[in-house]
Amino acid sequence: MFRIVRKEELRPTVTLYEIEAPLIAKKAQPGQFIILRVDEMGERIPITINDYDPEKGTVTIIVQTVGATTEKLKRLNEGDCLQDFVGPLGKATETEGKKKVCVVGGGVGCAIAYPVLKKFHDNGAEVHAIVGFRSADLVILEEDFKKSSDKLIVCTDDGSYGRKGLVTEALKELIDAGNQYDEIFAIGPMVMMKFVCKTTEPYGIPTTVSMSPIMIDGTGMCGGCRLSVGGEMKFACVDGPDFDGHKVDWDLAVKRNQMYRDFEMHKHEETCNLFKKEAE
Amino acid sequence: MANMSLTKNPMPSQDPNVRNKNFDEVALGYTEEQALDEAQRCLNCKTKPCMTGCPVMVHIPEFIAEVAKGNFEQAYQIISHTSALPAVCGRVCPQESQCEKYCVRGKKGEPVAIGRLERFVADWHNAHATAAPEKPASNGHRVAVVGSGPAGLTCAGDLARKGYEVTVFEALHLAGGVLVYGIPEFRLPKSIVQKEVDGLKALGVTVATDTVVGRTITVDELMEEQGFEAVFIGSGAGLPMFMDIPGVNYKGVLSANEFLTRINLMKAYRPDSDTPIIHPKKVAVVGGGNVAMDAARCAKRLGAEVYIVYRRGMEELPARKEEVEHAEEEGIIFKTLCNPVEIFADENDDVNKIRCIKMELGEPDASGRRRPIEVPDSEFDLDVDCVIMSLGTSPNPLIKSTTKGLEINKKGGIVVNEDGLTSKENVYAGGDAVTGAATVILAMGAGKTAAKAIDEALSNK
Repeated sequence: MFRIVRKEELRPTVTLYEIEAPLIAKKAQPGQFIILRVDEMGERIPITINDYDPEKGTVTIIVQTVGATTEKLKRLNEGDCLQDFVGPLGKATETEGKKKVCVVGGGVGCAIAYPVLKKFHDNGAEVHAIVGFRSADLVILEEDFKKSSDKLIVCTDDGSYGRKGLVTEALKELIDAGNQYDEIFAIGPMVMMKFVCKTTEPYGIPTTVSMSPIMIDGTGMCGGCRLSVGGEMKFACVDGPDFDGHKVDWDLAVKRNQMYRDFEMHKHEETCNLFKKEAE
Repeated sequence: MANMSLTKNPMPSQDPNVRNKNFDEVALGYTEEQALDEAQRCLNCKTKPCMTGCPVMVHIPEFIAEVAKGNFEQAYQIISHTSALPAVCGRVCPQESQCEKYCVRGKKGEPVAIGRLERFVADWHNAHATAAPEKPASNGHRVAVVGSGPAGLTCAGDLARKGYEVTVFEALHLAGGVLVYGIPEFRLPKSIVQKEVDGLKALGVTVATDTVVGRTITVDELMEEQGFEAVFIGSGAGLPMFMDIPGVNYKGVLSANEFLTRINLMKAYRPDSDTPIIHPKKVAVVGGGNVAMDAARCAKRLGAEVYIVYRRGMEELPARKEEVEHAEEEGIIFKTLCNPVEIFADENDDVNKIRCIKMELGEPDASGRRRPIEVPDSEFDLDVDCVIMSLGTSPNPLIKSTTKGLEINKKGGIVVNEDGLTSKENVYAGGDAVTGAATVILAMGAGKTAAKAIDEALSNK
């Protein structure tokens, strides 16, 4: 069993969990993910690692409450245990040998962008960061980003914090201002990543994205996470999760991710009702 | 006097039209009377031809003789002397191409129902045995087993009985490998697999679930840092194969591995499971092996109308005959001698049609089977909202890419010698990781061979 040693509500729908998992903490690298299961009848969900402490033996994840499983997870407290926690899965992000990079994070994707950004920074790259959120009350990790980047732009969709607008607009401005990036690293909602790639493509700047498709085992067995990249079939769990964003078939990826949307909405509602009943 | 009936005692089974709506076990097993009667069909041949067909060399005539005398526990002891998983083998072994193929009674009439008797004996033992197996005294040697499928469990069991301290590492949250994620409940109840795993634990085997060897820990670390003297890799087959046809990535196209894992491992057919599953109306399962039959029969149980689409004929289906018969009884529609050429979808990318082309059989190919050839202009469409690809797997790259000095063949399988030893010292392998997708019993045979070789290597140290 995997104990929650720290739980911190970063925002009403965004929670940080530090989990006791010494073997994983020893091995984890930026860009890798874990799969967790909350309880015996729980589903297996992949979540990208936010931070890890090999000495303390803990792995940190940041999770947005979006469905039945994340709702159940939120009901757990410090000292409680997760049924399963397995990883680190996928290949680590390549962060070496870059002079100047721009990391673009969207929403809870910033939780994943952070360790990658930090590693770029620690490896001596000049790091620019653009992070986007829907509104002020969803902004996370701003201090962490500030510490490890040479330039930080925070955007909100509604302008309630930072600059109003999309991350792609800020990115285009930085590129047009003459910043020569070796690489753009984008992580966030699929639609955001797609448009970051559309923005960088005309400039020919290599753009890496971190994909989080549907998966079950995370070790290459089920094929649920398959993507079309450059016309070839790739499995995100063993070939990724990082891919050349200019080669990803985005429309397909977006649609495949909605395969179980009806079930998920129904299950979420059911879980919320159950919790409501328990509370009454 | 032997029972000279030309036919086997039939297996009591759930009615096809009842069982195709539930996930309970299809075959109900022999009663004591049926087992006694069937056991008396065995002629107890001196040459024991049946044993030559068994990859783990179960002492078949001896155990059947005990069944005939009503000594069921004694019969169990004889089987379990060489087989780690009797209740599993009695259910899923292809006996018709192994032990029963060589049975003398099969020359005139049906062979002795060896598989059904094995199952009876194992179930009788599980229902009546009270004493847990005793944990043997440790010999101080530590062995790591990677993967808890049939190869790994067999290897672990054989070594534990000899006093080795064995730890089995499993990537998923439950031990059993293909026995829990692949083979459905109605063919192999998961409680039976659990019992076999519990039996190994009683022998002192440690099972570490949620541990992905190659990621959480590597083979080299197991030996260099964790102090295991030998490692057996039984990590199974790997990445599912898909057809290279237009539309293969539409929503509603999935691998049999994914479909079966959702149902078997994650229990997605149960309303209390959090794991989603599609509930299709019409399904095309592409492929003709045992896995295809399992997927088709699961889809049927979820309420779908199900087609098996296979490019060769009924005679060439690689699945066990019994599985094909069960599938037919349950109302699966076989579209043989046809092959998919394109999958279509609606405006939301949800599958709504599969286009197939008719095939005919030409000259035999390298595998000795007649090669299927397309019949020009014979395309036809099937209206389906789900396509399940059951075309086999290609080896998983995880262990080979993280283990120094492990030789791999052209197809991606691990190279081993006749003892199961790999190119790396003290590292052994067996099962699908070596051969590509094969059967439970062949994997068990490989686990057994490796256990013997490991014992010889370590006990001479």
